[in-house]
Amino acid sequence: MIENLDFALVNWSRAQFALTAMYHWLFVPLTLGITFIIAFMETIYVKTGDPEWKKATKFWMTLFGINFAIGVATGLILEFEFGTNWSNYSWFVGDIFGAPLAIEGIMAFFLESTFIAVMFFGWNKVSKKFHLVSTWLVAIGANLSALWILVANGWMQHPIGMHFNPETARNEMLNFWDVFLSPVAVNKFLHTITSGFVLASIFVIGVSAWFLLKGREKLMAKRSMIIAGVFGLLSSLFLIYTGDGSAYQVAQKQPMKLAAMEGLYEGSEGAGLVMLGMPTPGKEYDDDKDDYVFKIEIPKLLSFLGYRDFNAFVPGVKNLVEGGYPMTDEDGGTRTAISATEKIEKGKLSINALAEYKEARKNGNDTIQEQSLKVFRENFQYFGYGFLNDPKSIIPNVPLTFYSFHIMVALGFYFVLLFVMVLFFIYKNSLETKKWLLRLSIFTIPLAYIASMSGWIVAEVGRQPWTIQDLLPTVAAVSNIDASAVQITFWLFAIIFTALLIAEIKIMTKQIKIGPKEGGH
Amino acid sequence: MTLGKKLWALILIKLFIMFVILKLFFFKNFLNEKFDTEEEKSEYVLEQLTKPKNTDND
Repeated sequence: MIENLDFALVNWSRAQFALTAMYHWLFVPLTLGITFIIAFMETIYVKTGDPEWKKATKFWMTLFGINFAIGVATGLILEFEFGTNWSNYSWFVGDIFGAPLAIEGIMAFFLESTFIAVMFFGWNKVSKKFHLVSTWLVAIGANLSALWILVANGWMQHPIGMHFNPETARNEMLNFWDVFLSPVAVNKFLHTITSGFVLASIFVIGVSAWFLLKGREKLMAKRSMIIAGVFGLLSSLFLIYTGDGSAYQVAQKQPMKLAAMEGLYEGSEGAGLVMLGMPTPGKEYDDDKDDYVFKIEIPKLLSFLGYRDFNAFVPGVKNLVEGGYPMTDEDGGTRTAISATEKIEKGKLSINALAEYKEARKNGNDTIQEQSLKVFRENFQYFGYGFLNDPKSIIPNVPLTFYSFHIMVALGFYFVLLFVMVLFFIYKNSLETKKWLLRLSIFTIPLAYIASMSGWIVAEVGRQPWTIQDLLPTVAAVSNIDASAVQITFWLFAIIFTALLIAEIKIMTKQIKIGPKEGGH
Repeated sequence: MTLGKKLWALILIKLFIMFVILKLFFFKNFLNEKFDTEEEKSEYVLEQLTKPKNTDND
């Protein structure tokens, strides 16, 4: 009997996960970056003994404390959702998630939480050097926490280093290092944490600019801007480098995401990179409409960035659905890409073979077990396609992915320019007179959050319909629960997280207005 | 109320809502609630993965 899937359940579960993940991410990047900025400042304080550096360190530590207190444990909500809304997925990922998250729990979380207590409450109670080491360990621990969850996310984007056990319906890790050092995971980790460094640098520059505009705390503000400017500039340049690495990995492992990022429906050799453009609204992959209403592009650059060859063929959405284009497989050989329809057929073969294997195991029929297992294994790489019926299901939301990607990239380059300008005018000793730049710096704080969110939208919306690339779509990953229950908790979360965000902004702005003198511990 | 007290209060309220209200009443572990053994969970997920579903979104 064919069961009808409750799409309201899938969509509400997806909406809830997106909502909670995005709210969680509002708090994380500032923590990742500002802890290092604080560590730099405290290092200078310990080296020079200058109390002004201690004042600056304590002020930014207070703002970090607010962000940490309000944001802490918001990520646990996602784990609740895994167990309740996404139980098939949670079971299917097996120990792939278990190992990195256990390491995170044991190593990074304890490192961070132990030394954060020393960092906040240890002034005048432990030696200067011990306090400094604690501050550095908090920064390292916070970023290590991100490492393990991003390794897990990287595996979802490019599952590797495991095999699926048809008896338990779980993936089992074969090689930890393949999972840990997957180029997707490495690029994702580096790109994500550096985006946090950039966001925190912009936050520090923006808040410092406010002090300069008010004519308050000038020395602390200028010193903070130097530290954040240098850290932000170096991080921004590295962010561009890791962004290139991430895009290269996307081209190899998730070509549909790349096509969506560029709004490319019709692939070509020597494809250009769209600098500015507007995808045609309502465009379907198989209609005759142009891909863009207008576009300004750099010729051949997409081919080069995606495949390190100016003349390489970059498949568009239509090519990926219909197949038939030349592609390089995992072993470096050239073959003709198969269509989504063929992948769906192979996926269904794999699922049916798994069902036969299950039945044969129950009946103790070794021959059928062996035969079905062979068919299952031969087609397992398309397993997830078997849950789909319409080839169009493999296309993500192209306009959302396109605009998010271009907003992120444009803002990324703007941030480089901002850091250069801030450092230049500090060097010229005329920053205070550049009111426009100070105002621009404040205005840039929300832009840093928009860029950061856009990056995650590209990463996650661009890989739809998959929870695990090619192996498990969202329709197969959800639990068989009532959609209305998910709807209720969606709104509960919307209220709770909005309240937390309002609290964060109110407490943070109040503390900034109070300033460093009263803001210490 | 000092900043420190305010933040501690926020943390405690948040943790109470998350772990006592949400986790206990709304976010029970689906598989743990339904099944006692790992075998039963495997069997159930295998059935979910292999049961034909109409996934046409219309």
